Amino acid sequence: MDSISINGARIYFEIPIFGGIPVTETQVNSLLVILAIFILCKVLTHNLNVRPTTKRQIIAEWVVEKVTGLVTENMGVRFKAFVPFIAALLSLSALSSLTALLGMYPPTADLNTVMGWALLVFVMITYYKIKTGGILGYLKSFTEPIVVFTPFNILGEVATPVSMAFRHFGNVVSGTVISALVYAALAGLSTVLLGWLPGILGVIPWLQVGLPAVLSIYFDLFSGCIQAFIFAMLTMLYIASAAGEDEA
Amino acid sequence: MELVTAKAIVLAGCAIGAGLSLIAGIGPGIGEGYAVGKACEAIGRQPECKGSVTSTMIMGCAIAETTGIYGFVTGLLLMFLAPNIFLSKL
Repeated sequence: MDSISINGARIYFEIPIFGGIPVTETQVNSLLVILAIFILCKVLTHNLNVRPTTKRQIIAEWVVEKVTGLVTENMGVRFKAFVPFIAALLSLSALSSLTALLGMYPPTADLNTVMGWALLVFVMITYYKIKTGGILGYLKSFTEPIVVFTPFNILGEVATPVSMAFRHFGNVVSGTVISALVYAALAGLSTVLLGWLPGILGVIPWLQVGLPAVLSIYFDLFSGCIQAFIFAMLTMLYIASAAGEDEA
Repeated sequence: MELVTAKAIVLAGCAIGAGLSLIAGIGPGIGEGYAVGKACEAIGRQPECKGSVTSTMIMGCAIAETTGIYGFVTGLLLMFLAPNIFLSKL
């Protein structure tokens, strides 16, 4: 069975500066996702009234309320400014994973995308740690509880973005890989079982109809949304714990 | 060593390593099963807490999954990346 192919993002073309910057499927698809979110926001917030009269406005208010509730519940009221950031992260991650339903290459199946988000979160965590403890307090926190633990603390600090990125990437890619394997297996099985049918009927892989949809519901819909939620949740927890106790 | 034999050893080693690295899936399987079982018990005892128990359980499951995902990523690297790297050094 040499027809199984599991590929990374295709490179469309290269921008011929700085020795060639490749433009891949990931970048194109994530730009499409960003465009989709932008249009969605524009449509949902069009013609807002004080009393909601349209379905659109009710949906928009529901989304904002849910995310605000999530952030205030997990981070506290003082981090209310994080609501747009968390909502952006959630919608980007969820819609990126959901592009797999359209047969596109999901941008989250590329390690670079999720690593970028994880590094952004890492920078914010470090910023809040320095802001609360001062630069000396931040450096001193590496020697807790004793100096011998410094390498482990540094390792633990680096492991945060790496584990966040790998968790999201691995979940999406494992879905892609398992789907590809199941498709190939079903194609082989239907050639064996139904290959005796005359003409074009024997060529069509009948067993591929319907069965992979169940897998798609789990891996693309459920897993994609759950991973978006997990990523946002971990972001909130890490930032809230980096900022320390409420000073008010 | 003869080049063909060396290539065969490299490919076989990568494939065996990929298979071994997926043993990491056992741990998260046991752990998540245990967590979900306990969550079911909790919901059975206190059905009114269903929402918060479920969301906490999903969160914990996703975190318990991490080590399995590491194994999976290692397997992917061994299948798709490592053979090219090692074969180019022969």
